[in-house]
Amino acid sequence: MTAGLQLAPRQLPPSASSEEERHRERQVRRRTSGLVVLALLGAVTYLVVGVAGSWEYAMDLRGRQLGALVVVGAAVGASSLVFQTVAGSRILTPSVMGFDSLYVLVQTVVVYTLGGNALALMGVPERFLLNTAVLTGFGLLLYRWLFRAHSRNLFVLVLVGIVLGSFFSALTTFASRLLSPDDYLTLQQLLFASFNTVDRSLLVVTTAATVLGLAALVPLLRQLDVVALGRDGAVAVGLDHHRTVTRTLVVVTVLVATSTALVGPMLFLGLLVANLARQLVPAHRHTVLVPVAALVGVVCTVGGQLVVNHVLAFQTTLSVVVNLVGGLYFLILLLKAVRL
Amino acid sequence: MIRVDDLSHAYDDELVLTDVTLRLPRGQVTALVGPNGAGKSTLLSAMARLLSPDSGRVLVDELAVADAPADVVARRLAVLRQDNRVAARLTVLDLVRFGRFPYCQGRLRQEDHRVVAECLDYVQLGELRDRYLDQLSGGQRQRAFIAMVLAQETDYLLLDEPLNNLDMAHATAAMQLVRRAAEELGRTVVVVLHDINMASCYADRIVGMREGRVTVQGTPAEVMREEVLSDLFGLTIPVHRVGGHLVGMHWAPGPVPAAAG
Repeated sequence: MTAGLQLAPRQLPPSASSEEERHRERQVRRRTSGLVVLALLGAVTYLVVGVAGSWEYAMDLRGRQLGALVVVGAAVGASSLVFQTVAGSRILTPSVMGFDSLYVLVQTVVVYTLGGNALALMGVPERFLLNTAVLTGFGLLLYRWLFRAHSRNLFVLVLVGIVLGSFFSALTTFASRLLSPDDYLTLQQLLFASFNTVDRSLLVVTTAATVLGLAALVPLLRQLDVVALGRDGAVAVGLDHHRTVTRTLVVVTVLVATSTALVGPMLFLGLLVANLARQLVPAHRHTVLVPVAALVGVVCTVGGQLVVNHVLAFQTTLSVVVNLVGGLYFLILLLKAVRL
Repeated sequence: MIRVDDLSHAYDDELVLTDVTLRLPRGQVTALVGPNGAGKSTLLSAMARLLSPDSGRVLVDELAVADAPADVVARRLAVLRQDNRVAARLTVLDLVRFGRFPYCQGRLRQEDHRVVAECLDYVQLGELRDRYLDQLSGGQRQRAFIAMVLAQETDYLLLDEPLNNLDMAHATAAMQLVRRAAEELGRTVVVVLHDINMASCYADRIVGMREGRVTVQGTPAEVMREEVLSDLFGLTIPVHRVGGHLVGMHWAPGPVPAAAG
């Protein structure tokens, strides 16, 4: 069927990679190992520094907190990076597009429709799965519509995302006013499931969801390399673009639900982490980028929480620190928008 | 053969293609020419299944491109689009390897590496294969993209204005490359061109479009005639034979052009 190339002898051997490439690969390996070391250091520091009193108690509590931080970091890093690829822009992440505000809204609406009592009777895993299922449904509808209607116009998308985020928050406030005082209390407990006493069953189910989500990404990674060529470019080399994007968005919603359930919305974490990952390794392949983003995520969440605990003496929360740093970074990115 | 049957398409109620029916034979270079907004790029996008037309169909050797699996089509036809902005920072090698995606889904085998190296040499970019695309000149960039579509090893190549933004030397080099791909590699090429003289010198067949319809088709000798060109472009274009080629002097000063259409 195809006409093979019949060419004159070549000068270059058909080697799989060149010297330059091997050099870049070594660089990637070095930096990835550096990140692993950094993440491990952070984790150990988090567990052992400044333990006063019962070690058993401290390990149990800090272990759970660390688990939550790792899950959040990995979920946010991986989901933000692949979302950037699908959206075709480095300033679009699930949070910027209002995804985690949507999660909070979904939770509020679920409490409103089912009632706080019914919800309190459900186990934590069931609640999480219900919220995630509803979020995935709505999220897919919303983002399908968004990417179709305004394809490629970056600033319209950013604007729509910010507006959607505020809109969802306003709706959440409105819906919570309709709740009975009891239901409202339930909702508060659900939304601000305190990070300081991470619920064990929630941690188990979100860890499982994250592992499953990351595993579901694996077969998509090589396809995402092609998605970076844009829709037409991807179709041209024979990718079922629609299917890959839909599957990726499903995984992204699950990962966003995971991190939001554990620590609440953190607007700029994903943006910070995904862009740092892209700056850190000179690669376009998602088999490299996604693990690196997950690692950078873990380093940022664990590092950020260490700062909150030991430098700021618990006077503030991780999301405040992350949003401060991430917000500044977002501004810088917007100002340099030429290279987006 | 590429068969286009009754293709129609509208953007926001504005018809850009109206009942286009075409037969493009194998092994030839066909140039699509016509004024801006004639629907050339839309037709090419529909042939390459980048756009699903409102009605009509495209068959490439009896394969219905709109319905066949994406990778099957990608092994039959390759397309080079007009806008080749890539979000990721890629090297030439990275880019050309994407051409092998229909065969290996991103896991390159020895065979794929061989084809990639051959295509790079074919467009004479072997030396520059580790350069990032943003470090290349316009002509080199275009050659890198041509290498990518060649690496797809398809019988059919669809090129949408590959000469855009190229200077004379690079444009000529690119067209010679296209011509060689047709003659040496037996590829069937459909190329959208703005310059009718490029079409006249390098194409076996010229298809002229105006306002979403095919108004004329034939060999360069049949199309490069004053009355045909005047009808197609709404412009008086004196045609001369220069060095064995028919050349339309559209740039020559002359009477004020009649309104198009």
